Amino acid sequence: MNRRLYDKLIFEHSRAGRHGYSLPRNSFDRHIDELPQSCRRAEAPALPEVDEPTVVRHYTNSSTNNFGVDTGFYPLGSCTMKYNPKINDALAASRSIATLHPMQPADTVQGALTIYWELQRALSEIGGMAEFTLNPFAGAHGELTGLLVIKAYHLSRQNAGRDTVLVPDSAHGTNPASAAVAGFKVVEVKSLPDGTVDVDDLRSKLNDSVAAMMMTNPNTVGMFEKNIPEIARLVHDAGGLMYYDGANLNPMLGVARPGDMGFDVMHINLHKTFSTPHGGGGPGAGPVGVRKGLECFLPNPRVVKKTDGTFDVICEDSSLGRISGWLGNFTVYVRALAYILGLGAENIAKVGPLATLNANYVLNRLKDVYELPIPGPCKHEFVFDGLKDKSTGVTTLNVAKRLLDFGFHAPTIYFPLLFHESLMIEPTETESRETLDSFIEAMRRIADEATNDPETVKNAPHDTPVSHPDDTEAALHPVTTWQDLCAAQNS
Amino acid sequence: MSDHRYLPHTPQDVADMLAVCGATSLDDLYSDVPEGLRLRHPYALPQEMSEKELRDYFDRLGERNRRMVCFAGAGYYDHYTPAVVDAILSRSEFLTAYTPYQPEISQGTLQYIFEFQSMMCALTGMEISNASMYDGATATAEAMIMAVNSARKKRRVLISATVNPAVAEVVSTYARYHGITLEVIPEHEGVTNRTEFEAMMGAGDVAGVIVGYPNYYGIIEPYDGWADICHAAKALLIMNCQASTLGVLRTPGSLGADIVCGDAQSLGMPLNYGGPYLGYMCTTKALMRKLPGRIVGATTDRNGQRVFVLTLQAREQHIRRDKATSNICSNQGLMALHTAVYLSLIGAEGLRRINDLGYGGLRYLADGLAATGRMRLVYPERPTVNEALFRTSDPLTADMVLEAAAAEGILAGVKTDECELLVAVTEMQTKEDMDRYISIVKNIKL
Amino acid sequence: MLYYLPTHEYARIEGNVATIGISEFAARQLGNVVYVDMPEADDDVTKGEDFGAIESVKAASDLYSPVSGSVIEINEALIDNPRLINEDPMNNWIIKVEMSDPSEVKALLSPEDYEKLCASEKH
Repeated sequence: MNRRLYDKLIFEHSRAGRHGYSLPRNSFDRHIDELPQSCRRAEAPALPEVDEPTVVRHYTNSSTNNFGVDTGFYPLGSCTMKYNPKINDALAASRSIATLHPMQPADTVQGALTIYWELQRALSEIGGMAEFTLNPFAGAHGELTGLLVIKAYHLSRQNAGRDTVLVPDSAHGTNPASAAVAGFKVVEVKSLPDGTVDVDDLRSKLNDSVAAMMMTNPNTVGMFEKNIPEIARLVHDAGGLMYYDGANLNPMLGVARPGDMGFDVMHINLHKTFSTPHGGGGPGAGPVGVRKGLECFLPNPRVVKKTDGTFDVICEDSSLGRISGWLGNFTVYVRALAYILGLGAENIAKVGPLATLNANYVLNRLKDVYELPIPGPCKHEFVFDGLKDKSTGVTTLNVAKRLLDFGFHAPTIYFPLLFHESLMIEPTETESRETLDSFIEAMRRIADEATNDPETVKNAPHDTPVSHPDDTEAALHPVTTWQDLCAAQNS
Repeated sequence: MSDHRYLPHTPQDVADMLAVCGATSLDDLYSDVPEGLRLRHPYALPQEMSEKELRDYFDRLGERNRRMVCFAGAGYYDHYTPAVVDAILSRSEFLTAYTPYQPEISQGTLQYIFEFQSMMCALTGMEISNASMYDGATATAEAMIMAVNSARKKRRVLISATVNPAVAEVVSTYARYHGITLEVIPEHEGVTNRTEFEAMMGAGDVAGVIVGYPNYYGIIEPYDGWADICHAAKALLIMNCQASTLGVLRTPGSLGADIVCGDAQSLGMPLNYGGPYLGYMCTTKALMRKLPGRIVGATTDRNGQRVFVLTLQAREQHIRRDKATSNICSNQGLMALHTAVYLSLIGAEGLRRINDLGYGGLRYLADGLAATGRMRLVYPERPTVNEALFRTSDPLTADMVLEAAAAEGILAGVKTDECELLVAVTEMQTKEDMDRYISIVKNIKL
Repeated sequence: MLYYLPTHEYARIEGNVATIGISEFAARQLGNVVYVDMPEADDDVTKGEDFGAIESVKAASDLYSPVSGSVIEINEALIDNPRLINEDPMNNWIIKVEMSDPSEVKALLSPEDYEKLCASEKH
């Protein structure tokens, strides 16, 4: 990464009269200025006026201020920041997909529908589910969709009173938020000291208002919920359904399937387990799978295979309704399918164990200097509760920021909420032993500095383009546009 | 040797690392997974494909897709994507980055989101934009929820019958399960029925009103005075707008809109059979803290440099959990970059020219079709930019036009009724394409 | 007379009017306050239900009303300077409410009981 901050905005390159577009000649007789004045803007939008070389240089320079999977290691817990294969990007950029309009007749998009279908089938096999919809745009959108499937199921059985979703207190923040958007009440289930669900507490909260229990497995502290068969039985006996948050699916590849654990509905983050790039926050995809008997509630539109082997796009009345304009983030599916085919059945099954090996390796080599509240073995990730030596005053935030100086992304911090100084590490299977060793070395050096030179850690980062941004000022007086910036400068 | 090129572990690595973990096999690390739950058979999936085989496989599938000259719109428009956009989006510093939670090493992402927010405000005439949402339909549903949250106890929302039906369906799904009463304001001659709208407002308890701009039929409805009616009833006016046309249309901000949302696909995003696109959402400063999604703000760092950070995070799900403004925890980051690069290149003048080409082309096509006596504009007096509703003359039907055109590689539009077709024109279709369209219609055997 | 809710709001009762804000303990826990979401004058509030929210950079919590009634005044100084709450939360109140049922205050915590509650939360 470039250590000198490139801080220009594209607006600051703007000069009146420059342009960067290239458009066909206009030989039509009628022109837009015929539109009545009342329909037209009073003045042109204040967009920058820049030439093409300036645009290219601006964004290229700006990109050098960014960290990505291609530039370094992300030990980011619960995010599964694995390598994003280049062949997948090349295939996703195909013109034979880019030009397809969603309203094209099905017989002109059979290739695209085959991709949707094949990915849907592969995910069903990996998840142990009957069918997947790929339509949801992201993990949180998948959670919402899955919960709506559950709601539609209960409503179809005249069970409108099932208005509560149980969520472990260690759950991702999106779980309760999605339940609220889906119109459910949220009740938290307590965790035991080892981070797994307290089955007695669960039992006390089960009644005929419970629509579902949402869980990740392994959970957010990286532990496998070994009581899952009993939990599923209890929830099912109480008339509820089991929802699997697929955020932590990666370590289960090749080991166990959510469908076999007793889950009825699940989502998968293609941008985690199936290697599609995060793009600085999206686009991702959050396909939702259901067990047999729940397919009819999946969102519209749905891709179906006809008896002649061709595909069609249909809408059904039993569906929960539509949750996206069309079939979702299509090019993400190309990448995920290419990932599955590029690994093949045999190698996909190695992903989980190798991810788990990497996590346990890091855990074992750091647990003498960082506080391990839950003893291993972990699955794909684990949580430290800060440094072992609590006398130094060095916090988890300080450790995370100091890691940036060594060229690593920070781990997930202050989550899960079960511990005060949570530092959550997930290395993924695509990191080599050498990368892990250099990360371990950096973490140990930071632990050493915390004792011998705590100020260096507390004032980190020192070697990044930016240091210690004033978050309070940003929230107190929000400046969120170029227009705001100009107004602030003028006042 | 390691098992696969994505997996660096040699057998020696595995053995050494297991020793550090005090385990003898990978299976040992899963001793807590009950035997009964273990996967007992290999996945029923294909064997590994080499890169060459992957390319061949997807090439073969590509051959089963048909590239058509696209006169279909209905919310998704065939615009040109400049080569620069693809080049910038493929920079892996952008493509492979995570959400910019660590501002020290994410200024690239934060900066383009700030530029994106600024550009969306310039287009819509609004004061604040979020960092983007999934698509236009979900952004509109989120706008509805925002209106209901702002209104505290009111749970009635009105939506015009002229809003794109795919958008309306998604809004209706969110409303149904969220306990919001969604009522449709009827249509009259291609536009929202204002008398009905006023009567429905009069019944009280309305939290928000959703309208389309241009509407589903491409018509620029006159919304003068609508904001006043909404505000008098403490309801929010939500305008779902097609982003590209905002380059020339009177801004929703100047019409008094409270929330402006929609899809930015029309800003040069490839059609990609439905996505990824980008949902945008802008509002006023007064409603800033109710806005869902991420927001980037400018501040300074300890060296006094101007820097960018995620701000107003207290609204979001990772802090508020079930009390959050929305469950959204991502955006369409890379598509926000797409928009920022596109609008930097195209600029205000480029957008005007693109709309001018669509405007001129649509009228050229309409005149030619009218001359055949077989297809004419349904609402010739209503102002439109680049999309309009056509009616076929009996016995010609929309299906007959679509079928005849498809045989010649032309997607003639989107059928909205037995004899009605919604037709869009952009800079992508040439005069020759339109002449072919006209001649196909002329030559259909009746 | 001063009363508290377990959720850290206080109500100072003078005649029929309750002046409502957040406790010093809550202000310290939140850190730098950046925004206070307040109702408008004439809005009704209900005992135990939320009437707004308070945000710092990295936390937010709902504000619950200790009493029922009608809002007669909001503290407009907080709009421009929410950090007043950090400086002196007891004097920088949030809203004033005309109570519809003054007997509701009987169920609130006394300053002594509230003190004990805070001590147990600190652990």
